[in-house]
Amino acid sequence: MPHDHPHDHEHGHKHDDADPHAPAPDFGDASSRWYEVASDVMRDMLIEQNVIAAREVRKQIELMESKTIQLGGKLIARAWVDPEFRKTLLKDGKAAAAALGIPVTEASLTVVEDTPQVRNVIVCTLCSCYPRSLLGQPPAWYRNKAYRSRVVREPRKVLAEFGSVVPENVELHVHDSNADLRFIVLPMRPAGTEKMSEAELAALVTRDSLIGVAPPRAG
Amino acid sequence: MSDHRFAPGDRVRVLDLPKPGHVRTPHYIRQKLGRVTEYTGKVLNPEDLAYGRSSGPAVNGYRVVFDQSHVWPDYQGSPNDKLHIEVYEHWLEKA
Repeated sequence: MPHDHPHDHEHGHKHDDADPHAPAPDFGDASSRWYEVASDVMRDMLIEQNVIAAREVRKQIELMESKTIQLGGKLIARAWVDPEFRKTLLKDGKAAAAALGIPVTEASLTVVEDTPQVRNVIVCTLCSCYPRSLLGQPPAWYRNKAYRSRVVREPRKVLAEFGSVVPENVELHVHDSNADLRFIVLPMRPAGTEKMSEAELAALVTRDSLIGVAPPRAG
Repeated sequence: MSDHRFAPGDRVRVLDLPKPGHVRTPHYIRQKLGRVTEYTGKVLNPEDLAYGRSSGPAVNGYRVVFDQSHVWPDYQGSPNDKLHIEVYEHWLEKA
C-alpha cells in the first residue's frame, strides 16, 4: 500500500512502492504492526484535537461487540415462515430489517437465496467487508488471507473443510463483497423443522450459515 | 436516455487499468468476460475517497457474474459454478 511519509525510520515492513500490486500485509502479520500503530496515533490525535471523544470510541466498540446472531436469526426465521416478508427481504434487505425494527447502517443489504439447485457463499477478497451493523465483527477466519483467496479459487474444497460438501449437481455461487454491497445468505429452512415456532427456528440460524460456509441444521 | 452505459444481460469485459492505490477491482477478475446482472446505482468512487477527494463525480456500479471455469481455467467444480462481483463502470467495456 503506497503512502506518503519520510523513509528515515525503521518500522518493520518493506516499502515496495515500485510494485503497486504488492500484497498488503495480512491481519496478524508482523508487518501489519505499522498500520496498527498508525491507527492508534490517528485516534489519539483526533481525541487530542477534540474531533472525537474517547468515550465515543469505547461506545462504538461496545455497540459493535453487542451484535450477536440474534438479529440475523430473527430476519431469517421470519422469511422462513412468511412468504411476503421473504419477498421483501430478497428485494431490499435493509427495508425488510427495518420492518422488524433492526437498524442496518450499511448503504444496502443484499440477500442471496439458497435453493435446492443453488448454494451461496460470501467473501471479501480485498479486505473484510461484512454487514457489521447486523452481525457485528466478522470471525477471524473471514479476515484471514487463506479464506479470502481460497474461497474464490476453490470454494468447494473450502466448504468441505467447514464440513459442508456441495453436491456436484448444485451450483455454487461465490459473492465477492469487494465494493459497496454487503451480503447475507438466506439459507434453506432445514428439514424436520415443520412443527417449530418462529423463535425456535431463529435459534437454528448460525453466523456461518449467513456467510454461507455451512447451512443451518435442526438439532 | 439512461445515464448508465450497461444494462442487465449485457456482456462485458473487465479492464486492466494501470491504476495503483485504493482500487476495488481485484486482479483475478481483470480481462475476464462476464454478464451484467444488476445496475447497483451511483456511489462516490472509493478510488478518490481514499485520498480525500470527496466532491465526486459519483460513478455507476454493476453486479457482474462470471463462470468460475472461465475465471480459473483449471477450476475444480461444477461447470455451472459462478462468481458474482461488483464493478464500477469505468472498469468495464462491452464485449
